[in-house]
Amino acid sequence: MSEVQSLIDERRRAGRGCLVGYLPIGFPSLDESIGAAITLANSGVDILELGIPYSDPVMDGPVIQRATQRSLEGGFRVRQVFEALETIRNESAVPTLVMTYWNPVLQFGVRNFAAELKKSGASGLITPDLIPDEAKDWIEISSEFDLDRVFLAAPSSSKERLDAITRNSRGFVYAVSTMGTTGSRSELDSAARALVGRLREANAERICVGLGISTPEQVAEVLKYADGAIVGSAFVSSLETGGIEALRAKAQALSGSIRLG
Amino acid sequence: MSLRDQPGPYFGEFGGRFVPESLVEAIDELSAAYDVARSDPEFRAELERLGREYTGRPSILTEVPRFAGSFGASRILLKREDLNHTGSHKINNVLGQALLSSRIGKRRLIAETGAGQHGVATATAAALFGMECTVYMGEVDTERQALNVARMRLLGAEVIPVRTGSRTLKDAINEAMRDWVSNVASTNYIFGTVAGPHPFPAMVRDFQKIIGEEAREQVLQAVGRLPSAVAACVGGGSNAIGIFDAFLDDQEVALYGFEAGGDGIETARHAATISKGRPGVLHGARSYLLQDEDGQTIESHSISAGLDYPGVGPEHSWLASIGRVRYSAITDSEAMEAMRLLSRTEGIIPAIESAHALAGAGKLAAELESGSVILVSLSGRGDKDMETASSWFSLAGDS
Ligand SMILES: Cc1ncc(COP(=O)(O)O)c(C=O)c1O
Repeated sequence: MSEVQSLIDERRRAGRGCLVGYLPIGFPSLDESIGAAITLANSGVDILELGIPYSDPVMDGPVIQRATQRSLEGGFRVRQVFEALETIRNESAVPTLVMTYWNPVLQFGVRNFAAELKKSGASGLITPDLIPDEAKDWIEISSEFDLDRVFLAAPSSSKERLDAITRNSRGFVYAVSTMGTTGSRSELDSAARALVGRLREANAERICVGLGISTPEQVAEVLKYADGAIVGSAFVSSLETGGIEALRAKAQALSGSIRLG
Repeated sequence: MSLRDQPGPYFGEFGGRFVPESLVEAIDELSAAYDVARSDPEFRAELERLGREYTGRPSILTEVPRFAGSFGASRILLKREDLNHTGSHKINNVLGQALLSSRIGKRRLIAETGAGQHGVATATAAALFGMECTVYMGEVDTERQALNVARMRLLGAEVIPVRTGSRTLKDAINEAMRDWVSNVASTNYIFGTVAGPHPFPAMVRDFQKIIGEEAREQVLQAVGRLPSAVAACVGGGSNAIGIFDAFLDDQEVALYGFEAGGDGIETARHAATISKGRPGVLHGARSYLLQDEDGQTIESHSISAGLDYPGVGPEHSWLASIGRVRYSAITDSEAMEAMRLLSRTEGIIPAIESAHALAGAGKLAAELESGSVILVSLSGRGDKDMETASSWFSLAGDS
């Protein structure tokens, strides 16, 4: 069982869910992004999701677009992710997944990328624009390197697709709460609960919900039916407007809501 | 084996569906609807009627001896897609996809546009079918193709300038995809070229292949044999595949795609995707791509907004890899020179995109043996480019 899987199971046995926190590498700078990730890990975030900035992020809303564009303008290079992972790993025990669009992995070489991920202590990949149908290489190589593969499931996905997504994912299945891009939403879509129900029917063992989650109430609500709540834009926004202090406060507020729940 | 009618999603090792899961149902639905429509006589008849009564098909073939004479002793024949309603080949595809949208009950159309020709065509179809229309256009392009922005708005479409990334066509596609992900239940994405995820490359080709089918007959009629060469400009590649398709199995016909060479392909400022790129994934397909070592897309540069795209359709990547089509680059200044030459020698003002094919044809004419026949896709007219031409040639002012 992978580190992410056992963590989710352990939390579940303790009667609580997981908070998954996303931040892009290189925003506002490489060092600060590493510091920010460590802050998340020390402020109650259970699983880290580190994003690789990409020139054409079609799944991202304005907040993450702005941050990743700044990272790219600051000279971000893909190999910096592995350095960042190692540093974070030395400072915290929180399992870390890398979130990346597919082309950077393809250009690095899928096998090389997997080897570097493993070496730097990462748990695996979340791939927003790679569906299992196109992931033959990644499925083989990630199995070989014992890495997690988090595929996304959407409210619009058919039963057959949910089956395939569940079958091919390892770690957890990323349930997209709404039909849209990343970014905070004042109301969480009821589609999320329905999707998690359908994924359970497809025998998904671990499901985290993401997109649009930004408040303690939303985290608490999602964790009533899912194993984890994924928060991205809200953390990036805090970091952008209030720096590390604001980020820490946001993480504590969100993780606090789990202990209440 | 025939090279024609490749069904996708893969063309050799190129193509595929590298999209967020949220879009898969939509593209599955579109693929299924298209599979039914393509063999439905009623759909085909309606599309043909629209072509005839609305677009003005068949488009004519024009021989241009004074233009050809500048290069040598070859004969050059233009397939006049510039004479289509709305001024380019883009309408052929849009009418097909709009008709398909109404079959699947989606009455909001979205589109990306570079030169604005695809946006204008989509806005036109939306007006014709009584649908809602939103067009995404890079801010840089809204400036250099301001006339087309006004046309789209007059036609009732909403035009949204895209201010992210390089603020050109690739970013307009990103933004249109985000819109589609968010509104997929009500909205159909009318993709403007033979790139993107399956089914777009095969479907858009099918809607454009009428160009080559007509031209093949017309050339046979006019000169009694097939052309020696066919030339087209390649942005995403829809007019090129449209004119090439009918000739793919005629091995004696050489096919040439001309990419935008910008300042020159030895510089960093060009859009010569096949000439200078390498395979990668962008906008849903694996194809040639201008990218850096890390797989970040590199901004393309071309004087022609419609060719200013760092990707290319996967079928072209495949045709390049098997050597059936030869791709090379034409610089901004070569294209502008061809634009001026065709205007002055023949009284036809081409789009700057199409001027790349004309410049390429000029080079071929100088190489081929005398009497060779070269068929050129004149994909659009130059009205939209008057501001660019005016400043390039200093045409405004007293004299
Ligand atoms: C007149 C004209 N030709 C060519 C193109 C390039 O597109 P494609 O390569 O898909 O034909 C455009 C695109 O806007 C255009 O307007």
